[in-house]
Amino acid sequence: MSNKPIATPVKPDAVGANNPTDHRQAPVNAELSAAERINLYRTMVRIRRFEERSLRAYQAKKIGGFLHLYIGQEAVAVACCSLMGKHDHVITAYRDHGHAIAVGMDTKPLMAELYGKVTGCSKGKGGSMHYFDPSRNFWGGHGIVGGQVPLGTGLAYAIKYQGLKGAAMAFMGDGAVNQGAVHEAYNIAALWDLPVVFVIENNGYSMGTSQARSSAGDLARRGDAYHMAWGTCDGHDVYEVRSVMNEFLVRAREQSKPAVVEIKTYRYRGHSVADPDRTYRDKSEIEEYQRTKDPITVFRALLTSEGTLDEAAADAIDAEARAEADNAANFAEASPFPTADDIQKDVYWEADNPEHRKSEGLLFFT
Amino acid sequence: MPQFTYREAIRHALAEELDRDPNVVIMGEEVAQFNGAYKVTEGLLAKYGPKRIVDTPISEAGFIGMGIGASMLGIRPVMELMFWSFYSVAFDQILNNAANVRYMSGGQINCPIVIRGPANGGTNVGATHSHTPENVLANHPGVKVVVPSTAYDAKGLLKSAIRDNDPVFFLENTILYGDKGEIPEGEYLIPLGKADIKRVGSDLTIVTYGRCVLHSLAAAERLAQEHKVSVEVVDLRTIRPLDINTVLASVAKTHRVLIVEEQKPFASVGSQLAYMIQREAFDELDAPIHRVTTIDAPAIYSPPVEVVQLPNPDRVVAEALKVLA
Repeated sequence: MSNKPIATPVKPDAVGANNPTDHRQAPVNAELSAAERINLYRTMVRIRRFEERSLRAYQAKKIGGFLHLYIGQEAVAVACCSLMGKHDHVITAYRDHGHAIAVGMDTKPLMAELYGKVTGCSKGKGGSMHYFDPSRNFWGGHGIVGGQVPLGTGLAYAIKYQGLKGAAMAFMGDGAVNQGAVHEAYNIAALWDLPVVFVIENNGYSMGTSQARSSAGDLARRGDAYHMAWGTCDGHDVYEVRSVMNEFLVRAREQSKPAVVEIKTYRYRGHSVADPDRTYRDKSEIEEYQRTKDPITVFRALLTSEGTLDEAAADAIDAEARAEADNAANFAEASPFPTADDIQKDVYWEADNPEHRKSEGLLFFT
Repeated sequence: MPQFTYREAIRHALAEELDRDPNVVIMGEEVAQFNGAYKVTEGLLAKYGPKRIVDTPISEAGFIGMGIGASMLGIRPVMELMFWSFYSVAFDQILNNAANVRYMSGGQINCPIVIRGPANGGTNVGATHSHTPENVLANHPGVKVVVPSTAYDAKGLLKSAIRDNDPVFFLENTILYGDKGEIPEGEYLIPLGKADIKRVGSDLTIVTYGRCVLHSLAAAERLAQEHKVSVEVVDLRTIRPLDINTVLASVAKTHRVLIVEEQKPFASVGSQLAYMIQREAFDELDAPIHRVTTIDAPAIYSPPVEVVQLPNPDRVVAEALKVLA
């Protein structure tokens, strides 16, 4: 492939990564109506209140297993998913609540899933790490670090095979970039010009190991070795994420070219809520992010300064989001658990569709 | 009736399904330009072009995972593993993603993917290339596992596998690729999960699948000639779903069972079969169930000794006589 031209790295820093004004004026943001801007804000607030409510439920032992909270990272999923068109698809890892809400999933079945209830989005079979909604082009919610990245590449393959103008966004954390499956996916995507944007949500820590102790070099720059376009951006600013991601998504849809984008973000909570969270970072570090870079605070200030939103309206959005989260928890609480009879449903398509069964013999064993 | 090799039978199944369904794509290492490492896909690139017949890099986790992702959107990839032994480097994709995604999504997703390739010892390629993972695969609810022994079966089963809406793992055998069998003109399908009685008998049931069917048939012939014993050979053809009824019906007739499998003995397919037979047909048994398996060690290289390590007609005859004693 030596005759293949090297893709020019797209460096958003060159267009003013740290100057929100420039990104606000990017066409993809300038064309947003006031209602659309407010909706971006509302979705971020809804994610945060949903997760805070889920944390309380977890602490009350209503939720089992792991709970990986997205608090602090909301701008990333909201901005990226706000760019989705009809033929765009999303897949992510286990910190998936934000993406699920950002693609439009109802919070009631999301909360019910955490509670392990049959009204959950996966009927109580997936749990926190395994949210899915194919009707919204959302393909999970995957538990193994990096394991979803080849699947996302396959979504892009299908888009291209079917001749559609769409793109797949394959999200991963900064801890995933050293997994072999991720590099294999990079190689195939670049080799075959698949319309996939690999999105590294870099929150600085792969579980409790800092980026400096975990990953050599620059994360997105690794895409350059595969002749993929790459870029970085500040994940605390919705406008910046939208303007940078839009460039790569348009390129994927129009030219069927993959890219790697590293979005710098920060999580306030532990890797999961069981994480001691004080062994590898100082509380002051978290507080500094909360004070200066919180994506919801930053965007609220921006919208207020634009004249798009006033304090009363912002407070109302917050109150609504809290009520929504409480309603979701009430719904989850009131819902029944699946039964033992449900355990062997949703295993085989054929078993779930017996009228179409072609095979014979036992599918299940005792 | 025309005769075709096992290899040609698989190729014809692929071609017929490529013709029938534009969503079927063939992918794998060396499947296109090289015409297939074992020539199974020979000529398909010339006929169907590079959109349908796709060479992949040596990158099993990447391309198998990619195929699984594409199948979630309705593509029907038929992925070739040059050897099933390489499944271990794609284990997470095959057995976490393909096997589980339907369940974890509460039934919202299905993966109509086929992964096929040879899974056998006996070719002096040592421990890394001689795995027979049908038991490991079949241990995962959500997947289907097929191990055909003849050209006829391979064609009919592969066509069913490609049309199946669940992930199907299709385990072939390099030693069988050149074996010829009768293939009828025109299309036929063999349903997954249907065993086939390859030889009718009355004194002993041999339950087997894959290349061990051939060893069992050779042994049955010798047992008939040299020991006047009538052996019934049941070819499972599919491991999951499992046609246990055909096995039990044979046991009810012969009352004695020998399982022959190219598996290591610990937690093998035969272990599961022996459990099920004693559970369902305890009163029918006149003797303990015996097994012939691969001798329990990594696959030895030494060519003459590998023959001994694997099931072979001599070992089948010897063990059958113990069951009959």
